[in-house]
Amino acid sequence: MPEHETAEQRAPHDEVADFLRRRREQIAQRWADVPLFRTVFTVSRDEAVEAGKSVVEALAAVAAAGRAEDAEAAGFGVVREQLTRTAAARSRAGASSAQVSNEVDALRTPVVDLLVADLSAAPAEHVRECSTALTVLMGTLRLVVMESALSEGQALIDRQRLQLLEVATPVIKLWDGIVAVPLIGTLDSARSQVVMETLLEAVVEQHARFAILDITGVPTVDSLVAQHLMKTVAAARLMGAECVVSGIRPAIAQTIVHLGLDLGTVVTRASLADALAYALDQQGTGIVESTPHAAGQR
Amino acid sequence: MQTAGRVEASLPISSDMDLAWVRQHVRQTAAELGFGLVEQTKLVTAASELARNTLVHGGGGRLESVRLANGHVRGLRLTFADDGPGIPDVERALTDGYTSGDGLGMGLGGARRLVHEFSIDSGPDAGTRVTVISWTVRPPHPRGEV
Repeated sequence: MPEHETAEQRAPHDEVADFLRRRREQIAQRWADVPLFRTVFTVSRDEAVEAGKSVVEALAAVAAAGRAEDAEAAGFGVVREQLTRTAAARSRAGASSAQVSNEVDALRTPVVDLLVADLSAAPAEHVRECSTALTVLMGTLRLVVMESALSEGQALIDRQRLQLLEVATPVIKLWDGIVAVPLIGTLDSARSQVVMETLLEAVVEQHARFAILDITGVPTVDSLVAQHLMKTVAAARLMGAECVVSGIRPAIAQTIVHLGLDLGTVVTRASLADALAYALDQQGTGIVESTPHAAGQR
Repeated sequence: MQTAGRVEASLPISSDMDLAWVRQHVRQTAAELGFGLVEQTKLVTAASELARNTLVHGGGGRLESVRLANGHVRGLRLTFADDGPGIPDVERALTDGYTSGDGLGMGLGGARRLVHEFSIDSGPDAGTRVTVISWTVRPPHPRGEV
């Protein structure tokens, strides 16, 4: 058994690196069935195996460099992005950080078992050293994954902060029988549904005859937003309230025209003030200015 | 004369959240390039339509944006690519009011009117690539179609 005689003299990290390279395929095959890979690579098992192989490759490079404890080791660089995506996919699917961490840890047992089986003929001391080295290496992998997941989480928070700016839909009573909704941010399907519901409720509660949708705060009016607006207007109309869309800025007006949208059926006004004036006028409510000189009606 | 810069960004389009991200990116980039407010708004609106098409009809894809320069005129090229089912009849899809879903059917044709250059590469099962370009100053050479 000359093979094992040489093995005995070798440093554990070299032994581990060799083992990882030699057993790359088998390890990846085993990993493909643990939750982490199985849940992320749902389309094909081969994909999971390929991903697993590249991770094993990276681990081998790190082990060969003798930097099993170093999360910054160059070897991890190759798979960092892949690991980040994997962790991100898991957290998107609802897994907590602790769960992801445990799932990464679950990669350890199959490898260590395989190593121990591989070295069954080697002296116990050597086997122990090697499996310790491999365990340390797998611990570092876990750290790398969690670190990247954390920075991915930060990026997500930054994005969500932007998103948050796009939310909020209060209904404001401007006058007896006149309510207004200042729309701010993106009007996607989910939000326009909320807008429609709150507006229609307000129409009932306030006995409103006029509802003003102010889109001053909507940065982009595309065909979907226009469609949502028109649906809201139509729904309000069914409930006996007339809708006025206000806050159409010059750039938005030009864009709507180029886009080819026909808002002809909707009453529109440039500003909220104009819309209010229109509604008051339609209601027959006049405003008398109390200036000493000219008392007139708007 | 016309030079293309490096790929400014490659953004995934796989959720409604990404659409907001796409709009933010296009608006910011266009503003940096010196687009006027109207052109910015048009380009962002076109990007919003096309990105939504990529998401809804193409099943998700990517946006690649590249800054262009033609003399001192600057431009922005946006490419929306997906590996979806493709568009069987591009001419029909560009017709106003034609929709394969429940939208208004104004997205694709409308987007074409909002930008300076528009090209579409698609076929059944071949995915779809829509490329649009807008310039800070409208190109001087006469164009057949507005």
